[in-house]
Amino acid sequence: MDFAYLSLTELRKKLDHKEISSLELTRYFLARIKKSDLNAFVTVTEEEALAAAKDADDFISSPGENPFLCGIPYASKDLFCTKGIRTTASSKILDNYFPPYDATVTKKLNEQKSVLLGKTNLDEFAHGSSTETSAYGPSKNPWDSTRIPGGSSGGSTAAVGAGLSPWATATETGGSIRQPASLCGLSGWKPTYGRVSRYGVIAMASSLDSPGAVAYSVEDLARLAEVLAGQDEKDSTTSPVEVPAYSKKLSADVKGLKIGVPKEYFVDGMEDGVKQRVMEAIKEYEKMGAKIEEVSLPYTKFGSLVYAIVCPSEVSSNLARFDGIRYGHSTREAKNLLEVYEKSRAEGFGNEAKRRILTGTYVLSAGYYDAYYKKAQKVRSLIIKEFAEVFKKVDILACPSSPNVAIKLGHAKDNPLFGYIADQLNIPGSLAGLPALSIPCGFALPADGQANSLDGLPVGLQIIGPQWGEQKTFNAGYAYQQVTDWHKKHPGE
Amino acid sequence: MNMLSKEEVIKIAKLARIALTDEEVEKFRTQLSTVLDYVEELKTVNVEGLEEVSQVTGLVNVQREDKVVQAENHEAIFSQAPETKDGYYKVKAIL
Repeated sequence: MDFAYLSLTELRKKLDHKEISSLELTRYFLARIKKSDLNAFVTVTEEEALAAAKDADDFISSPGENPFLCGIPYASKDLFCTKGIRTTASSKILDNYFPPYDATVTKKLNEQKSVLLGKTNLDEFAHGSSTETSAYGPSKNPWDSTRIPGGSSGGSTAAVGAGLSPWATATETGGSIRQPASLCGLSGWKPTYGRVSRYGVIAMASSLDSPGAVAYSVEDLARLAEVLAGQDEKDSTTSPVEVPAYSKKLSADVKGLKIGVPKEYFVDGMEDGVKQRVMEAIKEYEKMGAKIEEVSLPYTKFGSLVYAIVCPSEVSSNLARFDGIRYGHSTREAKNLLEVYEKSRAEGFGNEAKRRILTGTYVLSAGYYDAYYKKAQKVRSLIIKEFAEVFKKVDILACPSSPNVAIKLGHAKDNPLFGYIADQLNIPGSLAGLPALSIPCGFALPADGQANSLDGLPVGLQIIGPQWGEQKTFNAGYAYQQVTDWHKKHPGE
Repeated sequence: MNMLSKEEVIKIAKLARIALTDEEVEKFRTQLSTVLDYVEELKTVNVEGLEEVSQVTGLVNVQREDKVVQAENHEAIFSQAPETKDGYYKVKAIL
């Protein structure tokens, strides 16, 4: 039997009705992972997965209700700490790191008796938008293996896109869920900042990091959000705002919904096919009775510039902890303590991590702090204000998730500005802490030549909501997926 | 484009505690200059009277009760260290 691409609700039913066991399901996905050559995983946890599946089957056989994710396999971005299971952040500096504790997200999924299949590849420390900065080589796009899956959560989207796992955890700092979800034809959820705990998620830029998920539908994402979201005493930036029963409140009625289309999000250099598919999706909303209104967010173009300062600043601070003494790679060449630091870090970090640490160190150093960091954080306040103003007029925003479909492997590498340009439509929302989705809205031919498939490559529609407005974005995404079936298209079918 | 000097890159690398090869100094000199050039346009934005924002959801001074808890995973934590002695991390002599 074929279990790839089934929704979480369908898998739940099959498990509850004993049509299949968690062990069979787990073996099925482990076999698919073995056959895949997309380099989606850094570590496959076969032994642990089989044991967890047996445990879940015992639980299902015992009386009482099963947690929603009980016995359902998943993959986790290798940035989420998993106790006793290698967690690398796709960096050589953590090549042999076995965390002594679980991330809060991992803990919640363990409590549900989910089955972890393995840890997925990412750009080193999530620094990138293509997975090409990973110390373990790039992952490949399941629609065309000569192209990037996007990033940094590209291992997660390659795995779910290729049907190697029913869903996966992912994280965003500035586009790392939306962009790869878009490029791999998946539904991705970037939560409001502070909605999902960052505890145990290896830090990139702490004022932006937002753990989330990728799956096949908005309905699945709403179910996952109910599990993943909530205040955590171990992350003081998580919010006491109550977590609604998102999936129970899902509504496909968008009559009268005010959708803003920000004109600045249709940037120069955007591929025509991407623009067309997104405009068609917006038309679809109009047909369903939503009110479409063009809006303006003039500071959009400064988003990536602010990010190019704020992100490396926080990175340089967060990566200071890798000192070669307490955990992680330690040099064998040092004569004194200073050399332990300098050489361990030189040997352990890749090019992108080094560049971001150096950039951050520079803009935070004496004499430059005011001109760069302070200035950027002030401009950030303008971006936040401008979103707040626009959400007084409209309920949600609709725009593209990425200016282009997946590009060829190798083109992003060593371009210091690649990520800032690839994520320019995601970064402003991240700076303002807003929740957003990327959902599949069709296919377009790439500007850089032939695609494997005649229809082209997946295009993502981005839906942005106000802070804590997850329900609004879920409803809008759900409504679209009731009248279209782009989210049901999978590679090789 | 304003290029950083070789000496500036070496100074930053020293602050960041990363040993760089001569080739890396040259590479990062160009790449950092590209990034700094890219953000130059921020200077055109008028930010007079604006506050810096780093916490976007408005939480202020979140505190928890100051109580002692026993960590039970000493062994797992120390197992990750390259060198330990008598339950301490071992480092090279500083003096």
